[in-house]
Amino acid sequence: MSKKTYRQAINEGLVQEMHRDPSVILIGEDVAGGAGAGGDVDAWGGPMAVTKGLLSEFGPKRVLDTPISEAAYMGLAIGAAASGLRPVADLMFNDFIGVCFDQIVNQAAKYRYMYGGQDRIPLTVRTMIGAGLGISSQHSQCLYPVFSYFAGLKVVIPSGPYDAKGLLASAIRDDDPVIFCEHKMLYEMVEEVPDEPYAIPFGEAKFVREGEDVTIVALSRMVHIAMEAAESLAKEGIGCEVIDPRTTTPLDTESIIESVEETGRLVIVDEAGPRCGMASEIAAVVAEEAFSALNAPIIKVTPPYTPIPAAPNLEKLYIPDAGQVITAVHKVMGRE
Amino acid sequence: MDTAQGLIMKQSKTELLSAYRGMRTIRIFEDRMHVEFAGGGVPGFVHLYAGQEASAVGVCANLTDADILLNTHRAHGPAIARGADIFAVAKEIYCRGDGLCRGRGGSAHLHDVKSGLWGANSGVGSGVALGCGAALAARNNETGGIAVALVGDGGANQGVFLEAMNLASIWKLPVVIMVENNGYAEATAADYAIAGGDIHKRAAAFDMPGVVVDGHDYFAVYDAVLEAAERARAGHGPSLIEAKQRRYYGHFEGDAQSYRPKGEVEEYRKNRDCLKQFRQKVILDDLIATAELDAIDGEVGELIDRVYADAIAAPFPSEGEFMQYIYATDT
Repeated sequence: MSKKTYRQAINEGLVQEMHRDPSVILIGEDVAGGAGAGGDVDAWGGPMAVTKGLLSEFGPKRVLDTPISEAAYMGLAIGAAASGLRPVADLMFNDFIGVCFDQIVNQAAKYRYMYGGQDRIPLTVRTMIGAGLGISSQHSQCLYPVFSYFAGLKVVIPSGPYDAKGLLASAIRDDDPVIFCEHKMLYEMVEEVPDEPYAIPFGEAKFVREGEDVTIVALSRMVHIAMEAAESLAKEGIGCEVIDPRTTTPLDTESIIESVEETGRLVIVDEAGPRCGMASEIAAVVAEEAFSALNAPIIKVTPPYTPIPAAPNLEKLYIPDAGQVITAVHKVMGRE
Repeated sequence: MDTAQGLIMKQSKTELLSAYRGMRTIRIFEDRMHVEFAGGGVPGFVHLYAGQEASAVGVCANLTDADILLNTHRAHGPAIARGADIFAVAKEIYCRGDGLCRGRGGSAHLHDVKSGLWGANSGVGSGVALGCGAALAARNNETGGIAVALVGDGGANQGVFLEAMNLASIWKLPVVIMVENNGYAEATAADYAIAGGDIHKRAAAFDMPGVVVDGHDYFAVYDAVLEAAERARAGHGPSLIEAKQRRYYGHFEGDAQSYRPKGEVEEYRKNRDCLKQFRQKVILDDLIATAELDAIDGEVGELIDRVYADAIAAPFPSEGEFMQYIYATDT
């Protein structure tokens, strides 16, 4: 056990899974960086240096830099998965799903069902989500609700280094296509992470904090925003139970409902948009299955319904903050 | 008689009889499907392959068990040519429970892993990218297999097709891209939609061989695929073949085809038909007797009668199982 960043935990997880199983390959744009350029080999390891060193360790047969051709290499990764390899395909920014949407939602997601269960598609798609770097509307979205729409995909949203490493191992070992969403503002986050490989099962929410008064379901980076709010609210004597679902497909609705049945109040904090998002989905599930337990209307804390701006002051307005969570909790507690 | 000598060298009489049987089987199967669809018993969209038989059969005559054929939405012919159980093919088109894909795919998604037949696809250019994946895996795992991706003139205009050609070339993947240019992407003419008119010429830009053949000539298709497959197997990378051809029916059944020039299909049926061309060649060259070919026609006719009777009588999938096969754990 030692302290590792989110970036290091993911890198270590990849290295260990690639050692564990020779069928794991890494494929994407600049996953090594510098292909054919004549300078440093393994120059980048992706734009955030998450896959740094893997080409040198595993060689070009297993670490493949692609042209900027998301549709082709994502389709190729699916074909390779159907042939028994376990590709980890790097979509870089999840916003780029637009250029390979057919591959992910019509090919990968439906491959097993549409062909009557003949195949397994052990594909992991690593991709970055989230605002905060000032890189505007085509590099900053949280599109896991989009991925979660499609039966046949699994969707993972680790909120810290420990979960990232353990969930990545499960993703790579899983026999279905998994979209693994890394929040780019978490790469520097440090946590105790075991040195040895371990796997965290999908569909098991984490109770990050216990509390009796309000359930706060928070996703990805928003777990930390919710925790900041919860610490502050504790000083006022309000006990918040903070739940991190960790995977949106499968979604651990049981844990959420169980908590709401105890607290009677629900606030959902999600960096994805306010319409057709995970907050909407979780609210719908609780309204359907635990309506009688609710003592107050459910409140969603999300960004507004807008593309993400580049200007730092506007981007700050976009991202939900602890103040908004505190206001929402006050409201469900009737303390406006 | 250079043709005869060429044929004798490359293919045995047994192989030629098998090719003829394959083409005749697809023709009678599809002609019958046309009739059955009009009668109202066939669910969904159905795209018929009649007219294009030489293409799939010429490709499959070059494939081994280690190879993968990527099918298109015009799926029946290639599935039969690749050797998928024709009873299960028909049952899948009828969406029956013991069809190839247990009734989950239907006509446009015929897929049979055990025959090396992959995924008929409605993302019409996607098969080329998936085929690149099969080819990469074959090379990494040293199976000796190659992938042949069928794609239409319509699919050849999708970005994924061009991206996959580039990727296949820079990585020298063992893949053959077989463009079945049947003249129409749905109701839009290839002459209108293909810049320069020739898809095979695009190969030069991606640094791979590109040839054009008469897609109604079994021997021309066979020869072109043989060369491309040998190149792929030798590790020299991808090739593109454009087989020009015409379908005898519409884009899908129910298509009135008012966009086609009058007499086009009749002209192709009369003067270009793959079965007629094949018969003329082998009979003229004294390779196979007319009676042998006629006997095959009779046998295939009887087989197709049984295939349709079986499919029509088969039950739909069990409703209790309709959520099965979404995830690998749903067995």
